Order: sequence, then structure tokens, then C-alpha cells
Amino acid sequence: MKSLSRFFSFFLALATFFAASLFPATFVPAAELELTNVSYDPTRELYESFNKAFQKHYKAKTGKNISVVQSHGGSSKQARAVIEGNAADVVTLALAYDITAIEKAGLIKAGWQKSFPNNSSPYTSTIVFLVRKGNPKNLKDWGDLIRDGVGIITPNPKTSGGARWNYLAAWAWAHRQYKGDEKAVKDFIAKLFKRVLVLDTGARGSTNTFVQNGQGDVLLAWENEAYLALKEQKGKFEIVTPGLSILAEPPVAIVDSVVDKRGSREAATEYLHYLYSDEGQRIAGQNFYRPSNPVIAKEFGDRFDLKVNLVTVDDPIFGGWNKVQSVHFNDGGVFDQIYTR
Amino acid sequence: MRTKANTWTARALIGASVLFILVMLALPLAMILSEALHAGWSAYWKAISDSYTLKAAHLTLTATAAAVVLNAVFGLAAAWAITRFEFPGKRLLTTIIDIPFAVSPVIAGLVFILTFGRLGWMNPILTAYDIKIVFATPGIVIATVFITFPFVAREIIPVLEARGNDEEQAAALMGAGFFTIFRKITFPHIRWALLYSVILCTARAMGEFGAVSVVSGHLRGKTNTLPLHVEILYNEYQFTAAFAVASLLAAAAIVILVARNIVEYMVKKEDGGHVR
Repeated sequence: MKSLSRFFSFFLALATFFAASLFPATFVPAAELELTNVSYDPTRELYESFNKAFQKHYKAKTGKNISVVQSHGGSSKQARAVIEGNAADVVTLALAYDITAIEKAGLIKAGWQKSFPNNSSPYTSTIVFLVRKGNPKNLKDWGDLIRDGVGIITPNPKTSGGARWNYLAAWAWAHRQYKGDEKAVKDFIAKLFKRVLVLDTGARGSTNTFVQNGQGDVLLAWENEAYLALKEQKGKFEIVTPGLSILAEPPVAIVDSVVDKRGSREAATEYLHYLYSDEGQRIAGQNFYRPSNPVIAKEFGDRFDLKVNLVTVDDPIFGGWNKVQSVHFNDGGVFDQIYTR
Repeated sequence: MRTKANTWTARALIGASVLFILVMLALPLAMILSEALHAGWSAYWKAISDSYTLKAAHLTLTATAAAVVLNAVFGLAAAWAITRFEFPGKRLLTTIIDIPFAVSPVIAGLVFILTFGRLGWMNPILTAYDIKIVFATPGIVIATVFITFPFVAREIIPVLEARGNDEEQAAALMGAGFFTIFRKITFPHIRWALLYSVILCTARAMGEFGAVSVVSGHLRGKTNTLPLHVEILYNEYQFTAAFAVASLLAAAAIVILVARNIVEYMVKKEDGGHVR
């Protein structure tokens, strides 16, 4: 019985230690204000540095301390969480349709896309190929991806915003290649998805599959995500810019019902406006997003191929997000037909 | 009946299981440690003393403690009711207790979203009283409690059944009250089984990922538990930090295993062992 009580006192001491070690964390002076930014997958590094800059800016401007709580994940999954009650003051998602979904749930007022400049997209990006060093499979353009023996990594268009941009970029290229022959375009997309080895739920998951786990020959990635992988793993990968790609415009919005309830509208507005400031734009550029302000974008001209041929989602071949979503990505849509055949 | 391991079959079996354990368990554990320490102790310390890590540890311990206490109380009550009383629906209750073992944790998480989420049927009541459950700490706690619910009842029911209730009936005949019977007769028989189940429950609660991931919303510093934090760090190219935090969980698991073995030994020593 003695050994037993000794064991108990050890157990108790351990528990006390664990508990005690946690108290300092509880007594960190609380910031006066707090914003929650629910964002998509690859923006982790962007908002980490942006939030620090914003805290300083906000303190200087208003004298108040502010902290920003971040959440990241596949864009549609994140939108879903906000609809189900994840109380975001602002959402910064991969594509307008996901924010429109929150609008339809009644949390964001209609017309949100006109609240901030440039269709509420403070930064843009595009879709590129990340290949292994030396491009061993010699992948230069979309057409090369469907060759035998090519393994493709992309996230799932059902849950990931980036994946939908991937899909649309491939579609745009095929549409031009096959001169608008819809059957040929669908065949191409079907072949492309036959070559997909792993379909993760978010862009970052796919990057890890390709970069860390060494799966596949090519990752269809956000330009920013591809550059980040180059930076993290120097000398192991190369970026290939395809002959035609898509202009990805990830928008931002204030979640009206949340800020009105929490009284955080003023801070949330300031937060999103600051993304458009010169400093905010530079932080975007440093994190490999294309600044929407053309003057700042030029500062990063050696980094981005600013002349690449980009199609937008509002191009007649797509007709905007609402149409794209219902034609391609909703249940039973073109993606489902292609993927299950 | 055990025989000495000198036959060919025995050697092959032992060899195969040792190899399997090495490859499947020991190597990955060693990998965690080597990755965690590969940038040196100061990087390791920095990772585990980071404020997000501490907050995640805090939340994990809160959820675990809540799960252990709630499950001990309700598990005990359920085990008592099932083994000591006859009532309609008893079999059904015994089956229902096992649901969390049968249902995928992800489904469990979704069920709570559908119940307590903004579109859930409980939402009007929750909003009226300004209560937040999912995407907040209570959601994490509920998900953890759900996942670990069966442990206590499952361990205690067989012990109580094996004991029978003769002693309790005798005590009742001599005029002992409910609490006296429980304290003096029932509890001494089940205390080791209870401790054993609490230990298992702790292990499971600390490591829970699926259900918690669904109800969490992944708000950093708020609804992030240690296992979720490992995933976030891994996804942010902070591999050393991810493995450092993972090593914390592994260390906790080892402590729990040692505790389990001690309790198992005590059980055997004390009454020939009713714990499986």
C-alpha cells in the first residue's frame, strides 16, 4: 500500500506541475479588443505578419490594443463553419462564391463585394505548376499533364477554393486549345483528374503531400503557395508558369451580423482597409501575393510574371462564380460527372 | 498454460511480433523525439513554451479533466443502475453506452454541429441566453466527453457483475443506508477498476482529434487543443515545433501507460484481478 501512496503523490505532483505551468498563460494581460479572421489555407504566413503590422498601426491610430485570432482551412469548409456559427468578424476567403454562401445564410449583407476596392480583393494570385528540380517529366503547359505516368497533386474542388481555381485554369486552357469544343474540354479535364494521386481537402494539405511526402510529379498550386514552398525547401523545386492561367481574386468581407453583435465593426473595417494600405500591400507582395495596387505590384515586378496571360472567372466561358458553381461544382455538376466516370 | 519459448513456432511468433512492434510503434516514437530535438534544446523549449502551445495544453487539460470527472460520475451511475436494478430498457441502455465506440468521431462532431450550431435545433435557446457551445470551449469539452463516455461504465460493469450483490443485500438487511453501502462495500471493490478506466479515459481524451476538429473552428489560442495544434504547426512548415508538441503528447501517453501498468499490478495483487 505504501508504494501505492507514493505513486499517488507522484501523480498528484505531476498534475500540479502541469496545472501550475499553465497559469502564466492565463494571466497574460488581455488585449482590449479582439478580432477573429477566418481565412483559407495558404494565407497563414501572410496574416501572421499582417496582423503584427496591423496591431502596431491600430495602437498608433487609436491608442487601443487589439489582437487577431486566426483560423485557417479549406475555403468552403471555413465558410461552412462561419455559417454554422463560428463567430468570425472578418472572412478572408479564396473566392467570392464562398463569401456569397455566407451572405445567403443571412450573415453578410448583399453588395459586400463593393464595400472594398478592386471587388474586395486586396491581393490576387494565379495558378502555377510546382515541379521537382530539373522538371524531370518536362511539364511545360496544361497539355503535358495528361501524359502517361504523370502524377498530379491538387486539393478537392468540393472543399478547397484553390482547387476550384486549378480546375478553372485547366478548363480555360482546354477551352482555348480545343476551340470551345465542350466535349473535348470535358475529356481533357477527365483525363487530368484521372492522373490525380491525392485529393486533399485544402491547399496546404496538398502542398505537404507534394513537398513533404514526396507524392506526385506536379502540384497545381496557388502562385503564392508555390513560392512559399520554394522558399521553405530551397533547391528542390521549380515553378512552371503555364501558357494560360486564371486570375484568382480572393476577396475579403466583414461579417455584418457578428460585428454588429460584438460592436467590432469599426475595428473590422479598419483591419480590412489596412490590407489596401501601402504597408498592407507590401506585406502581401512579400508573402508572394500579387498586390492589387499596380504601383506596389511593380515593386515586385522581378518576382511575378506580370505579363502572364490570365483569364478571369467573369470571362464569358465561365460567366461568374454563381454560374460556375452551379454548372461545375454543385452536386451532380460537371466536376461530379467527370470525376465519377 | 504457458510453455517455454523453445519451439520453432514460438520463436517465429515472438520474432514477428517484436519486429512489428519495433517498426509500427517504437520507430515512429523515436522519430518524434529525434525530429523534435533535431534543432536543439532551445528550439524545443521555445516550441513548448510558446503561448499558443500553452493555451492549447490548457484547453486539452481542461477538456480531459471535464471528461474524466463527468464520465466517472455518470459511468459509475450507469454501471450501478445496470448491474443492481432490473428495469425496462436495461439492455438498450447497455448498448447505447457503447455508441461512442461504434460511431466515427467525425460523425460525432457533426452531430454536435447540427444540434448546437447556428442552424441547429437548439440554437434559438442558446442565442436567447447568449450561450456558445460549438466553436468554443464547451463544444470541445462535450465532444471529448462523448468520445470517452464508455470507458468507465465498460470497466466497472463486469466487476460489479462478477461480485454479485449478496454483500450489499446483507448490509441493507442490517439497516445500512445507500451511501454507507456504496462507501463501505461497493466502492472498495470497484476502486481499481474505476482508476483503471479513468486512466484509459485520460489517454483517449488527451489524444482526441476527429470530433474535436469538427467542433473546434480552429481558432488559434482559443479552440485549439494539443493534437489540433500539432496539425497546425505541421501545416505551417514548423516541423520542429510540431514534433516538439507531439513529443509532449507522447510523454503524457507514456506516463499514462506506466500508471496503467501499476494499477493493473495492484488490481491483481489485491483480489486476483477482476479487471480485464
